[in-house]
Amino acid sequence: MKTKTMFMAAAIAAAGTVSSVQAETLKFSFQGTLNALDPYSLNETFTLSALGNAYEGLTRRGADLQIEPALAERWEIVEPNRWRFFLRKGVKFHNGNDFTADDVAFSVERVRSEGSDLTTRVPADAKIEIVDDYTVDFVLSGPNPILHYEWDTFYIMDKEWTEANNAAKVTSASDTTANYAALNANGTGPFKITSHEAGVQTKYEKHAGWWDEAQHNLDGVEFTPIGSDATRVAALLSGEMDMVYPIPVQDIKRINDNSGTVALTGPELRTIFLGMDQMRDELIYSDVKGKNPFKDARVRKAFYQAINIEAIKQKVMRNLATPSAIMISPFMFSKAGDFQRYPYDPDASKALLAEAGYADGFTVGMDCPNDRYVNDEAICQAVAAMLARVGVKVDLNAQPKAKYFAKILASGGYDTSFYLLGWTPGSFDSYNVLSNLMNCRDETGAGSPFNNGGWCDEKVDSLTGQILSEIDPAKRDDMIAEAYKITHDNVYYIPLHQQGLAWGVADNVDLVQRADNQFHFRFVTKN
Amino acid sequence: MIGFATRRLLQALIVMLVVALLAFTMFRFVGDPINQMVGIETSIEDREALRERLGLNDPIAIQFVRFITKAAQFDFGTSYQFQQPVSDLFAKRIPATLELSFASAMFALIVGIPMGIYAGLNRDSAISKLFLSVSLVGISLPTFFIGILLIFLFSVTLQWLPSFGRGETVQIGSWWTTGFLTVSGLKALILPSITLGLYQMTLIMRLIRAEMLEVIRTDYIKFAKARGLPDRLVNFRHALKNTLVPVITITGLQLGAIIAFATITETVFQWPGMGLMFLQAVQNVDIPIMSAYLLLTAFLFVAINFIVDILYFFIDPRLRVGRP
Repeated sequence: MKTKTMFMAAAIAAAGTVSSVQAETLKFSFQGTLNALDPYSLNETFTLSALGNAYEGLTRRGADLQIEPALAERWEIVEPNRWRFFLRKGVKFHNGNDFTADDVAFSVERVRSEGSDLTTRVPADAKIEIVDDYTVDFVLSGPNPILHYEWDTFYIMDKEWTEANNAAKVTSASDTTANYAALNANGTGPFKITSHEAGVQTKYEKHAGWWDEAQHNLDGVEFTPIGSDATRVAALLSGEMDMVYPIPVQDIKRINDNSGTVALTGPELRTIFLGMDQMRDELIYSDVKGKNPFKDARVRKAFYQAINIEAIKQKVMRNLATPSAIMISPFMFSKAGDFQRYPYDPDASKALLAEAGYADGFTVGMDCPNDRYVNDEAICQAVAAMLARVGVKVDLNAQPKAKYFAKILASGGYDTSFYLLGWTPGSFDSYNVLSNLMNCRDETGAGSPFNNGGWCDEKVDSLTGQILSEIDPAKRDDMIAEAYKITHDNVYYIPLHQQGLAWGVADNVDLVQRADNQFHFRFVTKN
Repeated sequence: MIGFATRRLLQALIVMLVVALLAFTMFRFVGDPINQMVGIETSIEDREALRERLGLNDPIAIQFVRFITKAAQFDFGTSYQFQQPVSDLFAKRIPATLELSFASAMFALIVGIPMGIYAGLNRDSAISKLFLSVSLVGISLPTFFIGILLIFLFSVTLQWLPSFGRGETVQIGSWWTTGFLTVSGLKALILPSITLGLYQMTLIMRLIRAEMLEVIRTDYIKFAKARGLPDRLVNFRHALKNTLVPVITITGLQLGAIIAFATITETVFQWPGMGLMFLQAVQNVDIPIMSAYLLLTAFLFVAINFIVDILYFFIDPRLRVGRP
């Protein structure tokens, strides 16, 4: 009798599970579109994130962004210049092909070929040697401790499939016919892309033969881009979407107040900062003639101390920002805690300006994007108002990113005197920040293409070179800290904050919000 | 008639060329396409190589001639963002825009004409005054605001209608997709059609009202009434018919406007049509899509004007006499 009751209970429980295991489809939306499916045609977070559900790299990053083995089971540095990767056996691509060393070698060549936007994933002079079907060696020209840091987004393609479909050449806008790999995907990841209409909808289906044990309970995913903020939020509130991102900071409260949805917020890796032209002898946009006030460290520090970062955080960012003293997120640098911002102090700022000979202030033009970062234009307006209090008049020129970047970057001849920019090191490592933003450059940008202000400090340059090849992590971090200290002491930049992430999620969906703003379906459960 | 048509066609060709030239000159001021096509970390050398491959370093005149020669063969190049041929992308998006435009034009006519007639015949009634006030709202509120208002009312609060997209579509033939055949497709059409057609509806209503008021005062209507013809016959057969000439002109032109300026509505409702694609193209400096869209729009306007001109011949007998 008792066994019968237990049997009944088990049957009921089983029935209960059966009914809850119906097909779960996650519907989500992002503000931008997923363009070509070719994993090497655009080095941009959302594209790589969306493709990262279908494709996989040799490594991957977990919920906390730690590097984990993926298609490579493990790896070792056999000699300082030789890395050996042991590939996972029994992995199949979505079309059923086996994953082998040939695919890795093919992908390495393809990612470095003309038209690829991810050429820096593998150093140009690195050689790949196939040891056997499941072992590959990378032979480098010098030690490189961060060789694999960006390989979580260097996706391995199937050689046979790519060649059979004439897609060995990377998809590019200069193509005259559609590239097969732009419209189709064949990876090893937990989801396969079953249909893709660029800018309209992309459908994923669970890949049953995935090598890893699935944590998610999804059978399919539907992605629809919604460009308008209000519509995207409405789609979540009305229950048509299970997850939308990003959400405007001003809508966070509304989403939390609505029953059935919650706003998930957290710090992002991107650092927003101000840069100043320290290269030209006279600023392009200023009433100071014959000299460049930004060449004087006192003026730069005066600008720094005139900015009330707490006010920007509370009023402009609605607390969704973390003020920063250095040019990298504390997630990515262990010694970030050693740095303190210069305090907000308008009086000190005025004194510094007077000391530098600008007691009455001066006028400077500022460039700012208005559709690139969270509340970017509002930040610039706040900065302009704060600088006005110490006597500096800012002529703000806020424009859409397409025009903004064309003006302030190398292609526009660094046509700016004072600008706002955001930077996330794709490698999660300071070397990227130092080499792109903090080294000396010439007029064309060679040396450090995104050091728009063009400041030059030989000590930082030589440290950057050493950091590239230093294998000992502790020594390396000390050198990085030293480089950041020089930047901070000389106020070569004015870091503002790490902006926050804000995702809107339905209550019945559990997911992981990674600080790099990548959304991976493998962490999602939907009830 | 033939001479008239030929003259019009020649004029149309010149208009198209001028539009192409204007569009092409404008693109130099929208920003640098390369920055939108690569990740921010892409090196300067790679950016320059891409610029070279796309032919963006060539003199403007050469770029323009190349563009016109290809466009004449319906080849608009490859989209910078999507990296697919522009003509394929448009072929996929055109059905969505045309269906939306058709639905909103129908909405504007079916609701606007009766309202206009009523308001014209009963100018002092309370309902007519209500119609006029409502139409003022339709004319003065911006499209995106009406769209968002409708979304928050019918999608978020009442949850009756979808806030974005086309719903389920059915494939007809090799390249047409329709939302008219599924329930979700029809539901998805309602809010965007109203948003897009509201302005046209009020325009048609006010136009018909004004024309009706005018016509009713004319002698031949008075005579018709004096002869004892029934009101129905006088109002609809004699009065209404004579108000239609300007209405057809406006409707025709407005149809062009609906198709061309569906951009805002399509953006608010994430309607996967040409307008949405155009606006995204502007944000991303996708020159091939922008130029193809502008040419297509110019072509639409020219074609519609041409058809409207021809239609006059059939509606207004006076035009038929005295013209070759």
